[in-house]
Amino acid sequence: MSKSKRVIIEPVTRVEGHGKVSLLLDENNKVKQARFHVVEFRGFERFIQGRPYWEIPVLVQRLCGICPVSHHLAAAKAMDQIVGADKLTPTAEKMRRLMHYGQMFQSHALHFFHLCSPDLLFGFDADPKIRNVIGVAAKYPELAVQGVMMRKYGQEIIKATAGKKIHGTGAIPGGINKNLSIAERDVFLKDIKQMLDWSRSALKIAKDYTVENLEKLTPFASFDSNHLSLIRSDGAMDLYHGNLRAITADGKKIFDQVDYTNYLDYITEEVKSWSYMKFPFIKSLGPQNGWYRVGPLARINTCDFIDTPEAEAARKEFMAVTSGKPNNITMAYHWARMIETLHSIEKINELLNDKDLQGTDLVVKGKRRSEGIGLLEAPRGTLFHHYKINDDDQIVMANLIVSTTNNNEPFNRAVQKVAADHIDGVAEITEGLLNHIEVAIRAYDPCLSCATHAMGKMPLKVTLFDYQGNEIASKTKE
Amino acid sequence: MTIKTEKILLIGFGNPARADDGLGPALAEAIEAKNIAGVTVEADYQLTVEDSARVAEHDIVIFADASINGPEPFGFESLEAKEYDSFSSHSVEPAQVLALAENLFNSKATGYILGIRGYEFDDFGSPISEKAKANLDKAVDFIGKLLKTKNFDKSQKTIACL
Repeated sequence: MSKSKRVIIEPVTRVEGHGKVSLLLDENNKVKQARFHVVEFRGFERFIQGRPYWEIPVLVQRLCGICPVSHHLAAAKAMDQIVGADKLTPTAEKMRRLMHYGQMFQSHALHFFHLCSPDLLFGFDADPKIRNVIGVAAKYPELAVQGVMMRKYGQEIIKATAGKKIHGTGAIPGGINKNLSIAERDVFLKDIKQMLDWSRSALKIAKDYTVENLEKLTPFASFDSNHLSLIRSDGAMDLYHGNLRAITADGKKIFDQVDYTNYLDYITEEVKSWSYMKFPFIKSLGPQNGWYRVGPLARINTCDFIDTPEAEAARKEFMAVTSGKPNNITMAYHWARMIETLHSIEKINELLNDKDLQGTDLVVKGKRRSEGIGLLEAPRGTLFHHYKINDDDQIVMANLIVSTTNNNEPFNRAVQKVAADHIDGVAEITEGLLNHIEVAIRAYDPCLSCATHAMGKMPLKVTLFDYQGNEIASKTKE
Repeated sequence: MTIKTEKILLIGFGNPARADDGLGPALAEAIEAKNIAGVTVEADYQLTVEDSARVAEHDIVIFADASINGPEPFGFESLEAKEYDSFSSHSVEPAQVLALAENLFNSKATGYILGIRGYEFDDFGSPISEKAKANLDKAVDFIGKLLKTKNFDKSQKTIACL
């Protein structure tokens, strides 16, 4: 081939699936039904069949390039039960927590600065050519740099605790395989004040935006829902470990302090013919009423308090907006996410000053079991890992409910609400509709890679069907 | 035009659990083993915004990725920074990383993309296919030599398509 000819290299863009929305209209061209579809590739459970259990915390990271640490730790927690490690050493527990808060910090920073801030800073309906991170970089360069550096800080914590940025091996069944050296600790302490300051600034942006636009945001893509998360035994927010709590839209407890190894007694999943992604719901309420939200908004709503001072003060301000009742405003996810960002960096600061991180007692073991269940609060919500092994230590069953799957029904509700607000008698897909569906889905920070195990770009395709099921319009947003 | 080549960054990205999608990290691993002076090698599942900070610390960056329908055995060409909008994707493309590096960190880095042709992408857990492995070997040989000679020329758009 001639060297002067320009070749077209189309790289594989991986990890995330694509979002497809179908809207069914009635005879009066009003929205009758909205569905958010994802394409699924369920090869993962098959992939790990027959693998020895100790490989799983490393293997599961291949499930998702977005939050591999969450899968790493949830699988490790499940394997703790397999090896009978009911209580980890202080060093192991705190190293894992540091890894987890590093993950939470970098993930939330990425979402806020890279994906959400353009919506907040330029408005939902701004030209997509400027409503992106490059637009933010041009108009608010300091903010964009902060986002990148916060993300980098969290990634470096992951590297120091997990051993590597990808395919980390830090968490092992029964503990951890390294501690944090004084030299590593001091690198992070050097920048901690800066990270705290930037987290406060980001929280202020999210809070001010929400409060100033409350009238517009309150109805946007919003609906009443149940909320679910892990909770510490004293009711505090705990992103790494706890028991399950579910509350109704007005704050009544559906269940509380449920040992998560009994999750199957409380949560089940419904299969719908039109979606590959399952629909989890609370058994006692049934599929119609038992669906729930997870993630930052749910966690702020379910907890009684946050055990770090600045995040707790921010939580109180957040809850005051709804007079102490659960906040069901979809766009409040952004504010809640930034409270968690501040909480995470406060926890990182606390942990870095804890000498247990330099301990050398790293692993415990007990009586072997044939089943393990590990849950934690991943950046996008509650993550369930459940495994069974045979006498040869091989995996024979794996069940994963990832955060984005937990939010499946809320996605559909959000799209339905936005579509119904836009399409009223005129069967057309406007740019405004596309933009607003995008903003609504983005509030949840979906990561369709886990939920769908699919490859490919993540365009948003909206298709409109008339009351007889005929396709009448379709638009794609790359 | 000769390019300053004191510091070179090679980022191989892709998911090793998805058959030929792992070509980028596999190339990174092979190049890292060569331990070439002045070359920093990274491997990741995908590119993200913080890669822009790393790019800005280098004179040249090479993004190595699997290619769905590019030339066989591989294509290698210079890369222009590109602005973008995307729907809630957590990852960014090589040209967007360059744009971020320029916009946020005043980067002057010159970018190249190496697309190694792959064939199997759907089967979770499978190794790199034999056909793609042959392409990978040729790409490793080519890039290894280029990194040693550091003979980069920005005016030449298509550097190699063997």
